[in-house]
Amino acid sequence: MLAYLVKRLLEMIPTLLGITLISFFIIHLAPGKPTDIYTAMNPKITPEARERLDKLYNLDKPITVQYWLWLKKVVKLDFGRSFSSDRRPVMEKIWDTHQPLLERRLFITFMINLLSMIIIFAVAIPIGITSAVRQNSLYDKVTTTTVFFGFAIPSFWLALLLMILFGVYLHWLPISGLKSMDYDSLSLLGKIWDRTDHLILPLFVSAFTGLAGASRYMRSSMLEVIRQDYITVARAKGLPEKTVIYRHAARNALLPIITLFGLSIPGLIGGSVIFENIFGIPGMGQLFYMSVMMRDYPTVMGILTIGALLTLVGNLMADIGYMMIDPRIRAR
Amino acid sequence: MKRVLCLLMVLTVGLLVSGCRKGPSGETLKDFKKGTYPPAYGGTLVVGSIGEPRVLIPMLSGDSASQDVAGLIFNGLVKYDTDLRVVGDLAKSWDISPDGLVITFHLRKGVKWTDGAEFTADDVMFGYKTIISKNTPTAYSEDFKQVKKAEVVDKYTFRVTYAKPFAPALTSWGNLVVLPKHLLEGGDITKSPLGRNPVGMGPYRLRKWISGQELILDSNRDYFEGRPYIDHYVYRIIPDPATMFLELQAGGLDMMGLTPLQYVKQTNTAYFRRNFRKFRYPSFVYTYLGFNLKYPLFKDRRVRQAIAYAIDKQEIVDVVLFGLGSVATGPYVPHTWPYNPNVKRYPYNPEKAKRLLAGAGWRDTDGDGILDKDGRPFEFTILTNMGNTSRTNTATIIQWRLAKVGIKVHIRAIEWSTFINEYIDKRRFQAVILGWQIGPDPDQYDIWYSGKTKEKEFNFVSYSNPEVDALLEEGRRTFNIKERKKAYFKIQEILAGDLPYIFLYVPDATPIVSARFRGMRATPIGITYNLPKWYVPKPFQRPGMVP
Repeated sequence: MLAYLVKRLLEMIPTLLGITLISFFIIHLAPGKPTDIYTAMNPKITPEARERLDKLYNLDKPITVQYWLWLKKVVKLDFGRSFSSDRRPVMEKIWDTHQPLLERRLFITFMINLLSMIIIFAVAIPIGITSAVRQNSLYDKVTTTTVFFGFAIPSFWLALLLMILFGVYLHWLPISGLKSMDYDSLSLLGKIWDRTDHLILPLFVSAFTGLAGASRYMRSSMLEVIRQDYITVARAKGLPEKTVIYRHAARNALLPIITLFGLSIPGLIGGSVIFENIFGIPGMGQLFYMSVMMRDYPTVMGILTIGALLTLVGNLMADIGYMMIDPRIRAR
Repeated sequence: MKRVLCLLMVLTVGLLVSGCRKGPSGETLKDFKKGTYPPAYGGTLVVGSIGEPRVLIPMLSGDSASQDVAGLIFNGLVKYDTDLRVVGDLAKSWDISPDGLVITFHLRKGVKWTDGAEFTADDVMFGYKTIISKNTPTAYSEDFKQVKKAEVVDKYTFRVTYAKPFAPALTSWGNLVVLPKHLLEGGDITKSPLGRNPVGMGPYRLRKWISGQELILDSNRDYFEGRPYIDHYVYRIIPDPATMFLELQAGGLDMMGLTPLQYVKQTNTAYFRRNFRKFRYPSFVYTYLGFNLKYPLFKDRRVRQAIAYAIDKQEIVDVVLFGLGSVATGPYVPHTWPYNPNVKRYPYNPEKAKRLLAGAGWRDTDGDGILDKDGRPFEFTILTNMGNTSRTNTATIIQWRLAKVGIKVHIRAIEWSTFINEYIDKRRFQAVILGWQIGPDPDQYDIWYSGKTKEKEFNFVSYSNPEVDALLEEGRRTFNIKERKKAYFKIQEILAGDLPYIFLYVPDATPIVSARFRGMRATPIGITYNLPKWYVPKPFQRPGMVP
C-alpha cells in the first residue's frame, strides 16, 4: 500500500511538469500581451514606451527562457507577481493573508463549492435511491423531470429571476455580494445571519442546477445493485425492506459516487465565471477569467498549476477511497 | 421520500425565515424630489462599478475604475472646469513665458497630505522624476518626456521648460504626477503598499479595500477646498450589469451608469421617477467607420463620400442608442470648444451615393444587384471587436443600408486582443468600426499625422494630408486658445471632406442617481466633477447605511 502511494506520488511530478509546460506555451499562443491593456489603442504610447514595458515584464525574452524563469520560481512555491497593473504577488491575489479568512478568494470559492457539493450529495443520493426503488413510478418521473429541469435551465437566468422575486419584489433576500453594507456594526449572530442570508440564493442556484449528475448516477447504480442475487437472497431471508435497501443495496451502490466525489475535488477551487459575476462573488472563476482576458500570465499559470495539482490529488484520493471501501480492488 | 421532503422543507423554511429582512419599502413613499433643504454633512454615496480598480497610484493605472477612485484621492496641479478650460487645482496660478517654453506653477500653501505632511513642490518634482523613470510601468510618460528641464524654484514654485512649445503640456500636469515623496522615496513604486493604501490630499481618503467587493472611502475633513458634505463614498464592484440594475432597484446602490435600454425603457416607471434622477450628456467618445486607405477600393474619395451618403447616421443613433446620442461630424464632441459645427455633412441620400459611385466607375453591369467595376464586385468586410453589441448592431445597419446602393458588406467580430494584434497592427482590414475615447485636450497628432502609420501606431488607416499635418503641428505649438481653435476647426473641415473615417455617433453618458442626493448638475465634463459639494439633506440620510 505504502509503496503504491509513493509510486503514485512520484508519477505525479512529471505529469504536473508536463501540464505546466503545455499550459505555459498554450497561453502564450493567444494573440496579445499583458501590456496591451496600457498600449492597445492608446495614442499616448510610443514604441520606446512599449519596448520598455515589455522589458519590465521579461516579454522580450524567448518563451523558453520565460518558462525557465517561471519554473525556477515555482519550485520555490513562488508564483511571481501579477502582470496586471497592481503588480501584486499571485499568491496574495488568491490567498490574501492581509484579509480575514472569509474574504480570501480561494476560501470564498472553496466554501461555496463545498457547501453546494454537500447539499447536492445530501439531496441527490436520497433522490437516486428512492427513485431507483420505485422505478417508473410517478415519483420517479417527477424527480427525474425536476433534476433535468435544473440541469437544463441556464443558471444565470434562474439567478436573475430569483433575484427579481426575492430581492426586488419581496425584499427578503439580498441580491448580490457576500455581506451587507452595515456588516461591521452587526452583532456576532447578526453577522452569521447576514453571511448566510447572502449565500441562500447562490447555493440554491448552484445546487439545483447541479443535482442531475449525482442523482442519476446514484439511481442507475442502485438499479444495477437491486438486481443482484445477494439482494434477492437478503429479501428471501425475510429481512425488512428498509434493511435490504439501505444496508445491503445502497452501500454497494455508493461506489461510483466516490469517483464522482474525487472528480469534484478540483472543481472546488475553480469557480464558474458566470455564476460568480451574476452574484458578485469575488471568487477564483472571476480572477481566472480576468487574468486570461488581460493575458496576465503569472496569475493564469498560478491558478492552472494549483488546479492541476488538485486534480491529480483528487484522482489519487478517489483511488485510495476505492481501496479502502471495496475489498475487491484492495485484493488486486 | 421523507428525507427529500425534509430537505425541501428546510430550504423553504430558510427562504421564509429570511423574509424578516427589511427593505427600503418604507422610504419609497417619501417623495425625495420635493422641497428644498440646506446642505448637510453626513450620509453615504454607494456607487456601482463593473470593474475593480487595480492600483490607486494614478500614473500606474490604465483602467477607468482605478481612475474613478484615484481621482477622489489625488488632485492635480491643474484641472478642467465645466467649460473644459484649464483652471488651477493644487496650483493657485501659473505663468507661461511669452515664447511658450517655460511654465511656472505657483502652488497652494498649506495643503496637507492626509498623513499630515505638507504638500510642496518637491512632491511634484518627485512625481515627475518617477513618471519619466525607466522602471515605472506607465502609459503616460510621453507628455513628460517633452520637458527639457524641471526645477523646484522654492517650496511653492515649480518650473518646467520645454524644448518646443507644447500646448497639451499644461493639462498633463493633472493628478498623474503628484506623489507623496516622503512615503515613496527610495522604494520601488510598483511594490509600494501605497498602490492599495494610498495617501493623497483629495476630497476623500481610502479607509478599506475588500478585494472583489468594495472600496470604502471617508471624506477628508481637512480638504483644502472645504470638507465634502457626504461622509462616505462606497465603490461597490458588481461585475454583472443586470445584477447591478437589480441592486439599484433594491436600494443597494445610489448611482450607476445606465445602458440606453435601461435609460429609455426600464427606468421609465413611477418608482424610478420618484426615487431617482437621470442625467444625460455627451460622453468623450465617438464611434466611427474607418477605411483602410491603402486598400484599392477606398482610395477614391468619391467612394468614401458615397458610402457616407448611403448611411443614415441618425437612424443608427435612434436604433442602436435609442436616441441617446448625437450624430458625429468630426473627431470632437459637440458643445466643447474645439468642436466645429459647420463642416460638410452627409445627409442620407442613396441617389446621390449611387451617382457618386457611378462617377467613380461602379455600375451594376451584370444585374445581380451588386455594383461592379472591371469585373470585380463592390464587396468588403467590416471588422469590429466582439462583445460590443452597439458596434455590431451599427455594422448590421450599415450592411443593410449599403446593400440598398449595391454594396455587399460582410461583418466579422473578433476578440479584442486578436483584433488589435492580428488585424489592426498588421493592417489586415478593409474597414473597421471602432471608437476613440478623446481627452479634453484637442491634440490628435497621433491619430491623423501622416508619419504615425508604423505598426502599432494609431494612424492605422494610413491617412495622409500635408495640410492636416501642418495644422496638427500648429495646434500643439501654441497656448493661444483662439489660434488652436482655428487650427482644429480647419482640420475638421478637411477631415469632413476627405473622410478617412465616417464619423458615426457620440453616445451620451447616462448616469442615474438616487433622488436623495442634491447638488448634481450635468455639464460637458459629467456630473461628478463637484462630488464634494453633493449632499444628502438630513431627513434623507439613512442611518443604517453608514458602512
